[in-house]
Amino acid sequence: MKSAVIVFPGSNCDRDLAVAIEQASGTKPIMLWHRETEIPAGVDLIGVPGGFSYGDYLRSGAMASRSPVMAAVRDAAARGAFVLGICNGFQVLTESGLLPGALMRNAGIHFVCRDVPLTVENSQSTFTARYAKGEQVVFPVAHHDGNYFADEATLDRLEGEGRVAFRYAENVNGSARNIAGILNETGNVLGLMPHPERASEPAHGNTDGARMFAGLVEGLMTAA
Amino acid sequence: MKARVFVTLKGGVLDPQGKAIHHALEGLGFSGINDVRAGKLIELDLADGTSDADIDAMCSKLLANTVIENYRIEKVG
Repeated sequence: MKSAVIVFPGSNCDRDLAVAIEQASGTKPIMLWHRETEIPAGVDLIGVPGGFSYGDYLRSGAMASRSPVMAAVRDAAARGAFVLGICNGFQVLTESGLLPGALMRNAGIHFVCRDVPLTVENSQSTFTARYAKGEQVVFPVAHHDGNYFADEATLDRLEGEGRVAFRYAENVNGSARNIAGILNETGNVLGLMPHPERASEPAHGNTDGARMFAGLVEGLMTAA
Repeated sequence: MKARVFVTLKGGVLDPQGKAIHHALEGLGFSGINDVRAGKLIELDLADGTSDADIDAMCSKLLANTVIENYRIEKVG
């Protein structure tokens, strides 16, 4: 399995994400700078990491989503590559149109940085195959702009199509319908605000996130 | 030629920043404030002859996120 992690100026979870993917797959991801215009051949998993790309200028994820590499990520997603966007990566995916909606300033204005319980809403996706529907897991969150917004019709469609992957068991940021993570129509793009890569090894004190990477690797290996 | 782009949150979209400003104004003793909404002003210095369609495309492709924001273009001089 070949993977890549995108690196923007201001990304700060790129190495954590690379470690989590490497631990699950046994192979180091290729680190791809934002100026790259192509995803290397054979890459079937692309991580869009957390951080503060371009200093969150204009809007979180706005500048990154227009960078050269994101055009290549869009093409890769269209041909079926898996794309995982975490935190700022989720913001980049909504800004780039790979996922619907937008992530706005937290309703309580504060930056929220702590462990949060989540409910797994969909265990059918490759990203969530190692979880059980309805199961509660704990991932850390660390964000200022995690308040998920979409119009009612979009929210209804997401719910109806089973595309809400994770919901906050405790709504920490004002997100519509407690949405913490969503899938695209074809199930190969997941964006979520909480950080599974920060809950992926015993030293983190929590390994709930490791199952996302293990499930992904298993799904991709089987498909290959 | 210059253009000003005003980016504002759509009606019905929660504006926590506006709410915080509202509270702060009341904290200073101002009363009678019904609501506060915060937005952005972006000033563009453009080559003469830049088309309206191009300015509009700049807004819809980058300056505003039309999922949550509206924009208004004001040409200056």
